[in-house]
Amino acid sequence: MSVAAQGELKIELCRRYRFAASHRLHSPRLSAEENQRVYGKCNNPYGHGHNYVLEVSVSGAADPATGMIANLTELDGYVARQVLQAFDHRNLNEEVAAFRGVVPTTENLCVEIYARLKGFPAARLERVRVEETGNNSFEYAGE
Amino acid sequence: MVTITRKIEFAASHRYHNPAFSEEENRRVFGKCNNPHGHGHNYTLEVTVAGEPDPVTGMVLDLKELKDLLEREVMQRMDHRHLNFEVPELAGKIPTCENVARVIWELLEPKIIQGRLHRIRLYESADLFVDCYRNGALRA
Repeated sequence: MSVAAQGELKIELCRRYRFAASHRLHSPRLSAEENQRVYGKCNNPYGHGHNYVLEVSVSGAADPATGMIANLTELDGYVARQVLQAFDHRNLNEEVAAFRGVVPTTENLCVEIYARLKGFPAARLERVRVEETGNNSFEYAGE
Repeated sequence: MVTITRKIEFAASHRYHNPAFSEEENRRVFGKCNNPHGHGHNYTLEVTVAGEPDPVTGMVLDLKELKDLLEREVMQRMDHRHLNFEVPELAGKIPTCENVARVIWELLEPKIIQGRLHRIRLYESADLFVDCYRNGALRA
């Protein structure tokens, strides 16, 4: 296949962050038995927690003066202010407004984090990926 | 389409410094990456080639050829080198992960004859990496 058939070269900068948080999977729309059946041990009334890994990917043209798509200090600061400070060592159900009526599954966590990072001014947010554990990961790239 | 990924590791030093900036500006923009004596990383490079397996060999490409290509183009050029001074393709550029990945892409893409270069992922550390691919190639 010829190179010409392909699109322009795209470069994404990806950065990994960590936060620890607790949650409980429980839907007020389901009965106690249904909650237990659907969520299993994640429905434990006292909650449980994870060491989450958040991977943030941004794209854009590298600035010729700096060689950077986005200055890492800016990206780190933005992610810290928008996400990590609100989520790290928190109870997601109780302390993050978005999860008052929304079950804090990692799917929903991805959507919420994407919304919080979408406004990053220096580059285009491509996607967020969240590892709930080393074996489960979730990705969201917008609608 | 099947993809095949080969991983290599190389160690290199670099310094972020733009001679057009003042000393203060260089320190402000690049922070500790502007340290005059440079610093280094263990880079990990993942090279992914896409194609259809050959009906006779069952291979998208001969891994030995890919291994040799990476040895010639990347390892010999960058491993245990100072990226600012010893890699002509990076002359005049700030050797950020973005720029190093682009140079590697441009070195490899025309030389991959069997299959086509699908993606490269260059890790500068476990928590910072760059993906390079042709627009539309990954998420059709």
